[in-house]
Amino acid sequence: MLIGETVRISLASIRSNLFRALLTMLGIIIGVAAVITMVALGTGAQRAIDKQMQAFGGDILSIQSSAWFSRGVARNRQTLTTDDALALSTGMEHVEAVVPEISERYQIKYGNQNLNLSVIGTTPNHLDVHGFAMAHGAMFSSADDAARKRVAVIGAELPGMLDAEPAALIGRSIQIRSINFEIIGVLEAKGGSGWRNPDDDVWIPLSTAQFRVTGDEYVETISAKIAETSSTEMGMLEIERVLRREHGILPGKDNDFAIMDRKQFAESRQAATEVFTYLLAGIAGVSLVVGGIGIMNIMLVTVTERTREIGVRKALGATRGNILLQFLVESTILCLLGGLIGLALGATASALLARYAGWQTVVTSGSALTAFGFSAAVGIVFGIWPARRAAALDPIDALRHE
Amino acid sequence: MGDEHIDALREVDLDVRTNEYVAIMGQSGSGKSTLMNILGCLDRPTAGEYWLNSERVSRMNDRQLAGIRNREIGFVFQTFNLLPRMSALSNVEVPLIYSGLPKKERVERATAALETVGLADRMRHRPSEMSGGQRQRVAIARALVTRPSIVLADEPTGNLDSTTGEEIMNLFDQLHDAGNTLIVVTHEQHIAARAGRVVRLSDGDVVSDVNARNEE
Repeated sequence: MLIGETVRISLASIRSNLFRALLTMLGIIIGVAAVITMVALGTGAQRAIDKQMQAFGGDILSIQSSAWFSRGVARNRQTLTTDDALALSTGMEHVEAVVPEISERYQIKYGNQNLNLSVIGTTPNHLDVHGFAMAHGAMFSSADDAARKRVAVIGAELPGMLDAEPAALIGRSIQIRSINFEIIGVLEAKGGSGWRNPDDDVWIPLSTAQFRVTGDEYVETISAKIAETSSTEMGMLEIERVLRREHGILPGKDNDFAIMDRKQFAESRQAATEVFTYLLAGIAGVSLVVGGIGIMNIMLVTVTERTREIGVRKALGATRGNILLQFLVESTILCLLGGLIGLALGATASALLARYAGWQTVVTSGSALTAFGFSAAVGIVFGIWPARRAAALDPIDALRHE
Repeated sequence: MGDEHIDALREVDLDVRTNEYVAIMGQSGSGKSTLMNILGCLDRPTAGEYWLNSERVSRMNDRQLAGIRNREIGFVFQTFNLLPRMSALSNVEVPLIYSGLPKKERVERATAALETVGLADRMRHRPSEMSGGQRQRVAIARALVTRPSIVLADEPTGNLDSTTGEEIMNLFDQLHDAGNTLIVVTHEQHIAARAGRVVRLSDGDVVSDVNARNEE
């Protein structure tokens, strides 16, 4: 028998009881929609991390004082100094540039507005090492740093927060911890790097920060940019060697600093996100299987209800194969229709999540095809048993069935 | 539970010729349903043979039997057994679908069959929109549409009032005159009287086989 004829018969049978067909499909609809949405969320999160990693440019190591333990309690001890940064910036083979920085949240006053923001004391090459660009004005110079000038460069989001035109802010005065600073530059937006947003920071020269704000010579973090031609591992070893020498750490003693690789951190985050995506998709996939069982359930009921029809069709010359195909096609069509509706629903849910919850979501054709193919497979797998039961019916018994 | 072996039919030796009109009579339990199922190729005899148009049908497998039912047998049931969601035309088309005929030819032949039974103006109606007599006519058209060797009717007037029943039996007479081979199972004497030959069954045996027209 022609497959087109079978499809026509199945569609007619589905049409004759639309409401039930919809209920039957509901499980598949929800399952496919869930898979699509979950994978879209996961893919979105991964894209965000990818973008972050691209924003890093060359690999950057982050050196910090390590926590130490005293009577079982972790305490912070500052061990990195401006001298360390100096030592790391001269005669290094694998380190291209280093930026020492200290940061603290302070009350910022501009006119009558008060903001609580991170103030970062750093050196001029912060711009290059961390990949920032100036939008207006200029970065402070080494001379500004040496002279402990009270100048500040502000992040791209600050003008908005202060209700001011970025260009108009240049030359204006801003108070950090009640000390007047002159704004000399506005940065271009860089975008969040995951755990914090650098666009609402205020930068001031390191020496100014140490002398006028924190009052000590320690630095919190030294960022080191690895030379293009060197590997991260070589850079790490060189930094460790220099710092141990600077700090006079004897062989066999532990480092009093820690070197972190931000790229590595991002990579592990990406791996975790990937696992999480699979986990979510797996859970959503379970609902697809449950939907498949729903289809099987209704198809079994349908076979019982249509026993008489099956008997008549067999009397008129339908083979087992004809009957098997008819019911299999019917359950597959139900699943495919459910898959289509679920796909539309999942894409809509993803778009809504992106719009109203602010989560990045990406519906790929791959995930759509997979969910669609999976629902077709569900239709066939869970349709086989009912269809076999229908095909195996004895025509005489089936004709007698009331 | 043990399956007790019961022979529904025992000494049955029947020879039906082309264009014969045979009535099969008997009480319930006489074996006439079993005989009907075997003649209709819905069942196979556990022993003995059934030859139809020089083919040994009793040895065929399910698939072959489905083909024989499709080509050689036209069923008319007591309860009509039309498919409720389809028009009269679509119902009559069903056996032709299983024959693998293309749509155009199916419609032509189904239309012709419905004209034969006098339902040319009811082709688009569903069974639920028709009277019992009309439904049985659709069923007869469906039985005729494949031009079968045998039209098998199982109590064809059992669900109809006597007037409508008469009309259906008149239709059977016309079909017989047109050259069809008819086998009608009935328990009603006046229905059987229309047939040229009456076979009576009792407890699985043929107790009489009378060619009525010859006796007259």
